[in-house]
Amino acid sequence: MLLQDKVAIVTGATRGIGLTIATQLCKQGALVFINGRDEIKVAEVVDKLTNEGFLAESFVCDVADADSVKNAFRLFLKKSKKLDVLVNNAGILDDALIGMVTKKQIENTFTVNTFSVLYMSQYASRIMSRNKSGSIVNIASIIGTNGNRGQAVYGGSKAAVIGITKSLAKELAATGIRVNAVAPGFIDTDMARSITEDVFAERVSSVAMKRIGTPEEIAGTVTYLSSYLSEYVTGQVIGVDGGMLI
Amino acid sequence: MSLNALVECFVEALGVDEKIVVDDLEYNSIAQWDSVAHMTLIAALEERFDIMLDTDDIIDMSSVAKAKVILKKYEVTV
Repeated sequence: MLLQDKVAIVTGATRGIGLTIATQLCKQGALVFINGRDEIKVAEVVDKLTNEGFLAESFVCDVADADSVKNAFRLFLKKSKKLDVLVNNAGILDDALIGMVTKKQIENTFTVNTFSVLYMSQYASRIMSRNKSGSIVNIASIIGTNGNRGQAVYGGSKAAVIGITKSLAKELAATGIRVNAVAPGFIDTDMARSITEDVFAERVSSVAMKRIGTPEEIAGTVTYLSSYLSEYVTGQVIGVDGGMLI
Repeated sequence: MSLNALVECFVEALGVDEKIVVDDLEYNSIAQWDSVAHMTLIAALEERFDIMLDTDDIIDMSSVAKAKVILKKYEVTV
């Protein structure tokens, strides 16, 4: 297994792509700390994974709240003295044309999608530096690299994640910590299934491979970046988008 | 015990002789205690004393004497 004896934290791991990533890291032998704001939902995921024979623990906090993150890491250190992998997956999507975006939407989106990556990375990198190794994987987006109509706020927040990724990669390389990003394209989540048939078909037609991507395909790249297979890879943004044109 | 541990953290993180790890030693006053070494020092202190420092305390830790004051907040006696 690729992640035997490794310890990982996955943010936003109670559903969707985050849950799939957490499950795949578990399957590769890692002890995975499941993050979410809702203690009950986190406990349900931890119980499910544990009952399936995997190693899982809870990491309950609001990643958009610096104090909440700090307290969660204090509790984390009581359960584990090391951290090998951090996957910053938690994010929100709240699209609107620029003239109709509220201040609250802007603040919420950047706080959850961008500031949380900084809060989590601050504490995680300090723990990782003790062992002079670690991997931080940030979930960006094709909207952050290419932009899209009606997604200035979301795209900006994800573009910032890419800037954070590249800067941290340079800063933390000396301490043996790698930092990379995955930029998903059109992926099969509840959100993707909630759009109209016409829009869905239009999106699929913009993908060179002519199909929607799966959460497992995102998790596969995250697993690669978390493991020794990518030990000389840092500061990269890997698109997992089937050749999507946007 | 803790004082020795504190000095050891400085020696290991900064790569300096223990003789210069005195209260008056200040951040950025020697080439070895730069920002990169400071974060290494923080990681060493956190691991040795099993604590998680606040960001404000990391920034405020501007000397050995200040490190002792800050560590007391975390119930570490030096």
